[in-house]
Amino acid sequence: MAVGNRPKSALPGSGHALTTLEAMIAWGRKYSIYPFTFATACCGIEVMGAFGTHYDLSRFGAEVVRFSPRQADMLLVAGTINYKMAPVMVRIYEQMLEPKWVVAMGACASSGGFYNNYTVLQGIDKILPVDVYIPGCPPNPEGIIDAVVALQKMMETGAPRASERWPIKI
Amino acid sequence: MTELVGAQRGRGKLDLHAEPMILNIGPSHPATHATLRLVAELDGEMIRSLIPEFGYLHRGFEKESENATWTQVVPYTDRLNYVSPLMNNVGYAMAVEKLCGIEVTERCKYIRVLICELSRIIDHMVCIGANMVDLGALTNFWYFWKPREEVYMQLIEPLCGQRLTTAYTRIGGAMWDLPEGWVEKCRNVCRTAILPAIQDVNALLTKNRIFIERTMGVGPITAKDAIALGFTGPCLRAAGVPLDLRKDETYLVYDRFDFDVPIGLKGDTCDRYLVRMEEMRQSVRIIEQALDQLPGGPVNIDDTRYVLPDKQLVYTNIESLMQHFKNIMEGIQVPAGEVYSATEAANGELGYYIVSKGGKGPYKIKVRPPCFPLFQAMPHLCEGQMIADLIAVLGSVNIIAGELDR
Amino acid sequence: MAEETKSPVLRKLIERFGDAIVSTHSDFGDDTALVRREKIVEICTFLRDDPDLLFNFAMDLTGVDYLGETPRFEVVYHLYSLEKRHRVRVKVRLHEEDPTIDSVVSVWPGIDWYEREAYDMYGIVFRGHPNLKRILLYEGFVGHPLRKDYPKAKRQPTMGPEE
Repeated sequence: MAVGNRPKSALPGSGHALTTLEAMIAWGRKYSIYPFTFATACCGIEVMGAFGTHYDLSRFGAEVVRFSPRQADMLLVAGTINYKMAPVMVRIYEQMLEPKWVVAMGACASSGGFYNNYTVLQGIDKILPVDVYIPGCPPNPEGIIDAVVALQKMMETGAPRASERWPIKI
Repeated sequence: MTELVGAQRGRGKLDLHAEPMILNIGPSHPATHATLRLVAELDGEMIRSLIPEFGYLHRGFEKESENATWTQVVPYTDRLNYVSPLMNNVGYAMAVEKLCGIEVTERCKYIRVLICELSRIIDHMVCIGANMVDLGALTNFWYFWKPREEVYMQLIEPLCGQRLTTAYTRIGGAMWDLPEGWVEKCRNVCRTAILPAIQDVNALLTKNRIFIERTMGVGPITAKDAIALGFTGPCLRAAGVPLDLRKDETYLVYDRFDFDVPIGLKGDTCDRYLVRMEEMRQSVRIIEQALDQLPGGPVNIDDTRYVLPDKQLVYTNIESLMQHFKNIMEGIQVPAGEVYSATEAANGELGYYIVSKGGKGPYKIKVRPPCFPLFQAMPHLCEGQMIADLIAVLGSVNIIAGELDR
Repeated sequence: MAEETKSPVLRKLIERFGDAIVSTHSDFGDDTALVRREKIVEICTFLRDDPDLLFNFAMDLTGVDYLGETPRFEVVYHLYSLEKRHRVRVKVRLHEEDPTIDSVVSVWPGIDWYEREAYDMYGIVFRGHPNLKRILLYEGFVGHPLRKDYPKAKRQPTMGPEE
């Protein structure tokens, strides 16, 4: 199951006061997430499986995969990030427009996985603010669906995004 | 000879002064399957020179395996070629077994052949599917993804417990035997999911004019150049060289099956696609024959120096308990020496060079990735062609970054 | 040495190069020859061109670090012949103070990147290589990680995006 800042109640306004306008915007946002799949390794294959016909992610609205960061609002980091790839990932993150969410998929993106050596970044949260972590190596495509649902709950209740409370620092 | 109309006079051939442009087809690009970088110097659309760069997925496989025991290296080998992980496991187990001098049981050999051929089929499906997505033919991707899911859910997951990173083989055998009903399910999946999908994609692509124009003559290579550059696998066979380790240096029980090895003519993208499609059909042939000939008997060898003893014995017999303890805590004891063992993976020759100094883990493991020489030859394949051709070639060469970078 | 060698490949190598071959063995079924580094290009050209040997595939090149032994490094070539279907392994030992060896890119063009990787991981310098730069690691990396005295979990400083 995906782990994140999951609010307890699904009612809008729980913990945060939301106007009707904001609630409507949140409703629109959560059903049209545009993911940017930053798929480097094995988790990328499971991402392709999640978008496939069996574990259909388009049921949850997150179907339109955008390969340009300017057009995406969710950065799905699937796979190991090493020191050579890290600046590339940070540059992609900086190019995305607010509001944006980051999902760390798999053990390697969450904490380095079982690679603890001179070349692997021990978790992307060392350099990027992360909203949802999906454990697994690789996680089932159902884990990705769970992460999208958790993200939708966060959007719906107006929970603060990770990028707001964690300024990016190099 | 009509005279040119006044407005067009003197404009017949514009003498443009063009400078070459450097285009970075960067590591985060949908067509590079992430983590590959190509720096192209372009003259208009024509590629003048190409510099490939990689290493964006270097995870330190060799350094990690130096600090692990012999059995702990098996999960690391899964992540090498992650679209056909079972083949990497088999290759590693075979290399260590060559070093130990042990030979696995008949049933284990047949099971290894079965899982290797299934992995080959799913690897080729990803390759062709992804290649076609880059060319704009998205339907084939979905047509091939359905049998992949069938193989994952009906065959690999009941067998290994995991869909993708399987870690199935062990030194001296396998994790456990085939579950009940697996043989029937395998036949069923081959007949109802894999072969119809191959037929569908064949109907969509092979005689399709757009596909032929996009891929025929794109990225050709001669047999002589392919050998000099170190090609192996479908790309070499597409260039006309009949090298297939399953036939030429037979390992496991491949000599008991009747199958053909497809050879191409010109080594271009169309040939590579056709070779892969035919190889999938031949793999289904091998699977059917292997299922017919599958013998009974144990999967693991009887030698408890390498294989954990039976659970019943561990609970009742003191020697088995001690052996179990030693195997887990200290790792299996492999003699000192060095060995190179190669198998025919989906992409070519996957070689493992293992140096052992006795002891609980390897002193050094080097993996010879099949796509290393293929990516090295990208400038040779693409220079003089256009950018759109580069994308077609890159997909057809099937670079898996996990294997390339290790 | 010559009495133990039963393999025709190794026998041919020894009778042609004599004392440039330090030792040979065929453990575990793999023919192996340990040679001196001065003659490596000649040996490789002979292996490729001789009509009985015809090793036209350079399958692999790697380095090994035997920390504690002298000479410390070893460069290992794996070759395969398409017509004759046989394999051979050629090894060269290099000292720690002078880990240089001639490049064999002129013999097999496909061995180019393998030599770059051995340079990147072990620091072995190949003389005459057209483009000896780091290949797997980024430019600012310090050290050669596959050496045995490089700690596995040494952290690098995280770099921001350039320019």
